[in-house]
Amino acid sequence: MRALRAYLRSPAAVIGSLLVLAVVAMALTAPLFYPGDPLGLAGRPLQWPGQNPRFPLGTDPSGRDIAAQIFHGARISLLIGFVATSIAVCIGIAIGALAGFYGGAADTALMRVTEAFQTLPNFLLLLVLVAVFGSTMGTVTVAIGLVSWPPVARLTRAEFLTLRTRDFVQACRVQGLSDAHLILREILPNALPPVIVYASVVMAVAILLESALAFLQLSDPNVPSWGNLIGLGRNVLRAEWYVSAIPGVAILLTILGVSLVGQGLNDALNPRLASGR
Amino acid sequence: MTRLAVENLTVRLPRGADRELAIEDVSLSLDAGEILCVVGESGSGKSVTASAVMGLLAPGLSVVSGAMRLSGEDLLAKAPEEWRRLRGRRVAMVFQEPMTALNPLMTVGRQIGEMWQVHLNLDAASVERRALAALREVNLPDPEGVLRAYPHELSGGQRQRVMIAMALALEPEVLICDEPTTALDVTTQAQVLALIRDLQRRHGTAVLFITHDFGVVAEIADRVAVMQHGRVVEQGTAREVLTAPRHDYTRALLAAVPGVAAPAPRDLSSDRVLEVRGLTKTYASRGLFRRRKPVRALDAVSVALRRGATLGVVGESGSGKSTLARCVVGLLGADGGEIMIGGAPLPKRRREAARLVQMVFQDPYASLNPRRSAGAQVAQGPIAAGTPRAEAMAEARRLFGLVGLDPEAVTRYPHEFSGGQRQRIGIARALAMKPEVLVADEPVSALDVSVQAQVLALLRELQSRLGLSILFITHDLRVAAQLCDEVVVMRDGVVEEAGPIGRVFAAPERPYTRSLIEAIPGRALLGV
Repeated sequence: MRALRAYLRSPAAVIGSLLVLAVVAMALTAPLFYPGDPLGLAGRPLQWPGQNPRFPLGTDPSGRDIAAQIFHGARISLLIGFVATSIAVCIGIAIGALAGFYGGAADTALMRVTEAFQTLPNFLLLLVLVAVFGSTMGTVTVAIGLVSWPPVARLTRAEFLTLRTRDFVQACRVQGLSDAHLILREILPNALPPVIVYASVVMAVAILLESALAFLQLSDPNVPSWGNLIGLGRNVLRAEWYVSAIPGVAILLTILGVSLVGQGLNDALNPRLASGR
Repeated sequence: MTRLAVENLTVRLPRGADRELAIEDVSLSLDAGEILCVVGESGSGKSVTASAVMGLLAPGLSVVSGAMRLSGEDLLAKAPEEWRRLRGRRVAMVFQEPMTALNPLMTVGRQIGEMWQVHLNLDAASVERRALAALREVNLPDPEGVLRAYPHELSGGQRQRVMIAMALALEPEVLICDEPTTALDVTTQAQVLALIRDLQRRHGTAVLFITHDFGVVAEIADRVAVMQHGRVVEQGTAREVLTAPRHDYTRALLAAVPGVAAPAPRDLSSDRVLEVRGLTKTYASRGLFRRRKPVRALDAVSVALRRGATLGVVGESGSGKSTLARCVVGLLGADGGEIMIGGAPLPKRRREAARLVQMVFQDPYASLNPRRSAGAQVAQGPIAAGTPRAEAMAEARRLFGLVGLDPEAVTRYPHEFSGGQRQRIGIARALAMKPEVLVADEPVSALDVSVQAQVLALLRELQSRLGLSILFITHDLRVAAQLCDEVVVMRDGVVEEAGPIGRVFAAPERPYTRSLIEAIPGRALLGV
């Protein structure tokens, strides 16, 4: 409760939450405002925003409604953001927790694996995964999750390394509690706040990675994602720049919102910062 | 002549703190060549008073009213720039923790030298000459070596001497010492106190000495001010306050100071519930490139605890007493020797060992999980051992009552309890497993002296009601004398002396034991 109040006191956090809520609202209301297929032909191609009252944000080079794609694209971005982040956070916490809790050989082995992942630029790795496993929405999301976990693992490991020597954990050992209890009930809840904050960064990066893939036309072409729309606008960038700019602004605002939420959470969950004001 | 005068000073705490004012209407005066001790428990406002005088109030704290004068000059009217010139030169400070107060990346010589460079603009050669003289004055062995050493290469006592040398470098009018010996061993503490006394006499410095320990007050104070809840409740000469206290709070604090006179010996059972034989533990050198000498934390240590009795293990830091405690509860594996509990070796499996030995930890703030309710932490051990949840929670309530807490408090979280209450939760948690042996690792050293007395009384009462056998680790001989039947004195991983506590304290056989007893602060004046 105290954390919630501290969170709401920060203007950045409130703005961030409003932006994220706006994106969520777009995703939820998409079928209401644009019941048809957003990828279906709607009218004459490349109409400027405001030119035709039926298309407030204009149409793309194939004559599809940009506004419809933005609304439906919000669903895709959020889906990728949440699912890929969940995958990355779960893998990262599992590996970081085991490495940090047991230390020694387990730590060495797991951290070498983590470093192996980190030495590859994650976008290249993502390209390889998509090239091998195909570019459906599902594989793209899983692939983004698979390339994003190493920093989460390192962060979790660092938290576990300091927490596992704390007296309250030692006290539980003396009480005869199992390792699983120590990891899940005692250490993990105390290690979570920085990981939750970092998850917002992972989420922002996941949305960006999907857009970058789509821009290279390597994402799933059968879904109305914002990245796909930017990719479509690439060929007409000089004359009809709005085709790329509108989804670009949507991505920008979403990532800004997610990042501000993360910053707000950091201020609220970090007791040292919270007490300093 | 009055060097420092604090008149009716009132400092406000930030909103949302547990009280409105940090200190209220505090008046102190400090003459040249005088040591004024400000004594109080945690939260009494003694440290806030010191930082106000240094102009270093924490953000959020503000002076509401009152005045501070340094040799007649108004301090509250000073601009930040003027403060900076004042600090170090006319008012200097020695902090509690000498490791964190020194820059780990600078040699001692450069840190001391900075004082003269910044304030007096001296050249390098004369700075070094003065630094050497300063280190010599605080009786550091090998001052040339210390000059080139980094802080981590010195011991705690040596670092504190360096801090004192730095503080006195520019011959300040007022020296403020904020618990300068609290982090030190008792023999080192005695030496540092003697050093401060000696330097203060030679230079005629006025010393404002903040402490929580009446023993230290008795050693060093000319005058004493007792603080409680931000107010000065009693002020007078050391002799007056210590021998004829007028305020109830001062009397209560003095009564809570434990003496070294051991209680009458009890009849002890001949059954040895815990026997440690030839226990050896070595901390090996680590790292590929830096080979350090392996440290023998325990070297063939043998101790025995009788059923229903308390065995004190006393020693200074590095003596291996905490390592012994951690080996006995199975948190550390020993390299050699054996630990027998009730005649059988300590089981390797955590769950089986838990029913035999339990531990009470030193730091009541670190030893409870902040995110789980107090009751759950008491009940979790029995639950893991197979007790049904409802039964374990009922037992937790009963234990809360037993250790003097409200049984309904089981649902509350650790931050809602005070330090002393948390330590009671820690004791309840240990008792929940119904252990044969209770290991208490410095269970009262993080607590205020009045709370300390309560927790010790609780342990004594629990022992007589439940027939507990306690292995009691402490660095404080006064605390050991309160509770222990027998005592083991450890030094550098070896048992120096062992025996009934009355005999060891009254007629120590080893010179080391004698030096420990003689170093107990305040023996002469408090008559303990």
